[in-house]
Amino acid sequence: MVFTDIVFYTLAAILLFAGLRVITTRNPVYAALFLVLAFFTAAGIWLLLEAEFLGIALVLVYVGAVMVLFLFVVMMLDINVDKLREGFWEYLPMAGFIGLLMVVEMAMVLGGKYFSPTHAVSKPLGYSNTAELGRVLYTEYLLPFELASVVLLVAIVAAIVLTLRDRQDNKSMNPADQVKVRKQDRVRIVSMPAEVELPVEPPAVTDTPAEGKQ
Amino acid sequence: MMAFLAQFFGEYWPSVQTVTWTLIKIVAIVLPLMIAVAYLTLAERKVIGYMQVRIGPNRVGYWGLLQPLADGLKLLFKEIILPTASNKGLFFLGPVLAIAPAFAAWAVVPFDATMVLADIDAGLLYILAMTSVAVYGVIIAGWASNSKYAFLGSLRSAAQIVSYEIAMGFTLVGVLMCANSLNLGKIVLGQAGGFWHWYFIPLFPLFVVYFISAVAETNRAPFDVAEGESEIVAGFHVEYSGMAFAVFFLAEYANMILVSMLAALMFLGGWLSPVPFIPDSFLWLLAKVAFLLFMFLWFRATFPRYRYDQIMRLGWKIFIPITLVWIVFVGAMMQTSLGYLFH
Repeated sequence: MVFTDIVFYTLAAILLFAGLRVITTRNPVYAALFLVLAFFTAAGIWLLLEAEFLGIALVLVYVGAVMVLFLFVVMMLDINVDKLREGFWEYLPMAGFIGLLMVVEMAMVLGGKYFSPTHAVSKPLGYSNTAELGRVLYTEYLLPFELASVVLLVAIVAAIVLTLRDRQDNKSMNPADQVKVRKQDRVRIVSMPAEVELPVEPPAVTDTPAEGKQ
Repeated sequence: MMAFLAQFFGEYWPSVQTVTWTLIKIVAIVLPLMIAVAYLTLAERKVIGYMQVRIGPNRVGYWGLLQPLADGLKLLFKEIILPTASNKGLFFLGPVLAIAPAFAAWAVVPFDATMVLADIDAGLLYILAMTSVAVYGVIIAGWASNSKYAFLGSLRSAAQIVSYEIAMGFTLVGVLMCANSLNLGKIVLGQAGGFWHWYFIPLFPLFVVYFISAVAETNRAPFDVAEGESEIVAGFHVEYSGMAFAVFFLAEYANMILVSMLAALMFLGGWLSPVPFIPDSFLWLLAKVAFLLFMFLWFRATFPRYRYDQIMRLGWKIFIPITLVWIVFVGAMMQTSLGYLFH
């Protein structure tokens, strides 16, 4: 057993534990956090497989953005766990069937000859997984790649259009209008002549000396 | 001694050697970083003090130089109060998750042409991933405190960091287009030959967007609505005291130094000297980082806090379009005869 094996088994154990806790824990926030842990350890295993770009992209996209928004929503919802579990036994046969199907599919893929360790190709030193992936993506698979991004763009626009409701009773301000405001719109400078205080007539000179002289 | 150890560990000896050597290197990075963080807090109080015509801390040690140590000791001996209705496990996990990514990101930062802990090809992506993970500390702290102010603070922070991360990611796309690499060391070496080769000239809009986004990412003034004192007391760390509170501060300052370091590496030529006849040195990098950190403090002393909807508008409606347009512009210019200006 070499060092990488120890790392792999540690990560795999954490990954399985986290995956199990996602579905067994009662608190939805814990479940989301365990999912984060599962993603993170999966990224670690990918790094171990020298798929550094995929591993880091997993952390960047799923852990850094998707799960943050997920947590955001879960934390604000008041989820009643007992209500969520109501139909558990009713759905179990169907869910069990689907689960079994997935296990069989995985077994077929992993048991196939293309995934046996003899097919592992050792790459030369200095081989950059990231650069290679970019090269293939932008030459050989350019069209499918661009199509996928257009589909995603359509999905983004559709999601926004479906959820955007322009409330009429909303009193919020438009920051763009506020930023555009110039001094002339708000401030009126009025030119007023200064009020000049006329000098008070000095009292008539008497014999008593002025107070300032004392 | 070494022979005995080699015999003791047997076939694992090379692995043990690697791990030990890496651990020593990690300490050699983290220890100076902690000292830098401590003295950045002092620098902040001094600089802002002078900008406001005060003298700042000057009681502990000559010129207040021992003030960070005094602060650290004080916080260390203070009680960590655990709110009764808080979630105990996550309450303590929050600060840990805030500081761990702030340190982990330093693994790929090159300090010199040869001084780097992990010289990986996807270094830039790794740093982006680590800084995006840092938001969990804030979110978890806010939720686990079971306090409305803390929760509001953490939600603000999460939305802000996710928004500005997009603009930040796009600025990095511009840099990697110029450098043809995601490796931070190669990005710096791509700027060799004097300050007119540094990327801040062809990528000036991206440099500005990057730095302002960095201020927003680190929750610093004028984007510090996550801890806006006037509205939500202290935001996500309102329930924290003692060392747990100090850890949040350590993470914030370590992140400030990290983003300044990245700006220096990607746009200002890293350890390269501005003119070819002066030798390149780590000191140049230090000077550039110090200047950028001074900008952070300067911002805090001079700008009033942004309103929350204005922050969102700035991120989504101004920065992201600017970066997109400039990326397309750089890409187009690279195909013309002026392309050499952008490499």
